[in-house]
Amino acid sequence: MSTTNLTVPEGQELLTKRELETLNKPKKTGKQIAGTVASLLGIALIIIYCILPFLWMVISSLRLPSEGLSTEFIPNPMSVQNFHIVFNEKNNFFTAIGNSILISTVTTALTLLFGIVAAYALARLRFTGKALVLAIIIGCSMFPAITILVPLLKMFTGNYEWLPIDWMNHYQAAIIPSLSFGLPLCVWNLTAFFRQLPVELEQAAMVDGCTPTTAFRKIILPLAAPGIFTTVILTFIAVWNEYMFAMTFLPDRKKMTAPVSLSQFTGDSAFNIPYGAIMAAGVVVTVPLLAMVLIFQRRIVAGLTAGGVK
Amino acid sequence: MVTAVETQGASSRKAKKNALSDGQGTLAWILVAPTLAVILFVVGIPIVLSVIESFYKTSNGIDPTTGMAETGTKFVGLENYLNALTSNSTAVDGVFGSMPRLMNAFVNNVWFTVICVVIETILGVAMALIMARAFKGTGLVRAAILVPWAIPTIVSAKLWFVIFQADGVANKILGKEILWLGDSSASQLAVIMADVWKTAPFIGLLTLAGLQTIPAEVYEAAKVDGATAWQQFTRITLPMVKPALVVAVLFRTLDTMRMFDLPYGLIGPNKYSVETLSMFAYNEAVSQRYGPAAAYSILLFLLICLVAFLFIKLLGADVVGDDETRAKTAQRKRMRALHKQQVKRTKANQTITSGESAA
Repeated sequence: MSTTNLTVPEGQELLTKRELETLNKPKKTGKQIAGTVASLLGIALIIIYCILPFLWMVISSLRLPSEGLSTEFIPNPMSVQNFHIVFNEKNNFFTAIGNSILISTVTTALTLLFGIVAAYALARLRFTGKALVLAIIIGCSMFPAITILVPLLKMFTGNYEWLPIDWMNHYQAAIIPSLSFGLPLCVWNLTAFFRQLPVELEQAAMVDGCTPTTAFRKIILPLAAPGIFTTVILTFIAVWNEYMFAMTFLPDRKKMTAPVSLSQFTGDSAFNIPYGAIMAAGVVVTVPLLAMVLIFQRRIVAGLTAGGVK
Repeated sequence: MVTAVETQGASSRKAKKNALSDGQGTLAWILVAPTLAVILFVVGIPIVLSVIESFYKTSNGIDPTTGMAETGTKFVGLENYLNALTSNSTAVDGVFGSMPRLMNAFVNNVWFTVICVVIETILGVAMALIMARAFKGTGLVRAAILVPWAIPTIVSAKLWFVIFQADGVANKILGKEILWLGDSSASQLAVIMADVWKTAPFIGLLTLAGLQTIPAEVYEAAKVDGATAWQQFTRITLPMVKPALVVAVLFRTLDTMRMFDLPYGLIGPNKYSVETLSMFAYNEAVSQRYGPAAAYSILLFLLICLVAFLFIKLLGADVVGDDETRAKTAQRKRMRALHKQQVKRTKANQTITSGESAA
């Protein structure tokens, strides 16, 4: 690569290859160009790798429903019929999206309510047992969901004598288990954000006569707003994407969440899988998330790297 | 540097309260209590119940000895665990041969975890290195990289489900007729590819954040010293991104170990070639065999605890990442070292011990 820009002039064959290389090195132009080209190529590859399968979903959703598995790269003819199928009465997809929004919003609000004060304490205050609390919270984002699913399933179906409830197909049956991963995620991210704010801010406020509570409310909360916002997005996405609890506890078509609903689309007969409609539903579920992610990408990346979790 | 003298001074002033933490303890616990209470109720109690459950067996039907309808549960000790591990009556044919269903799920779990995490880490680091080089257009790349992450796992499962159909686009591109979604090693490959697609970019993103904290001067200095590109990578880049990378890999490992949505949505339930422990336990739970389901989920739980422990002990994953906690751990270490030194000195020379009673 490096020798391309310096050809051997006539009568100077006595220059060995090594000498040529050393002559070339300080200039480095050839190498640099090659490097830039290589990195651009790499970038292009990464983008294609990440986007192409998603693009395939969009393309597949835009075909005629009868051509669900066609492998043509451009749908011919282009059609939005699949989207009509998604939103027709039978699939109840509107209700499913509504359920998803409700569950995600309530869970996110609850985690924020509990998490914000806990995160502040963990980021700012010194107390014995802090390491234990942090370990418990991080441990919660490590354990497998299936471990709590078994007893919760037994609980919510009223299988325990000491808990005569039937919460199957009630929203709380999906909201409560979602707290198990939503709350640690929320606390962890907020703690990371609160740590980034200089402690001098509160100290100055307190010197000026603020109580710790006022300092928190008037100084810290407004400054942490971007961090809180990011945490809300991350928690919301995590709850929105949850599948196992929602599938188990909300099997009723009227209470189902959107991811569960789309995974259970059926065609006219058992052997007729509506590929196009499933893809269209996938696009409907994903596009709002993607829009959110693309608009706030800088913050989300900051949140992901600060929290380092999920 | 905190010297031994300072540490001793600190410990001798123990009675005096720390000005910085005066009265904060109570407030902190009040603020943390609601969160801990929620965690206790949604995680702590269910886990305990799950452990208890795993020692019981639900018997639906009539007790042969008493003739009464048995609605309750029966304590069976470790039977749920042992049955699944030893009895050959449940043998299934997975990719790795015929073995008890639990063993099969366990082997699948370990296999998926190892292969996925290795590929994802290598691919992720490579992506991060490329992205770190390209100074322009990072916004676009970052946006692209967030796409697989933001797509719900079940949607990506269905997306690959379409791609991997027998007459789907994957076979068209390869020019082969592979039955990806049949119950075979090809379906394992399908799951691995779908998982790598979804998470390798994410590892890349986290590694990139680690890369960007390395100052350019370090590389310049290395170049002046004549380090090759490979040396720069192994001696500078890797050690400096290691803390971020180890934590990311730890979380990816634990995430892959509890994998459920992807094989469930892509290949389906009761497919032994891709069945993971989560899927098997889920299958038992919805069949109302709560005892075995709980036992399998507890096995997975213990496995995950073991892996997390190994990561933290062997690779030094700093999961908590809190300065105060870190400082306390460091101090405890110093005190222990100091104590050891003193013991040694005491043994060597009995006269030096006076006045050194710290630790």
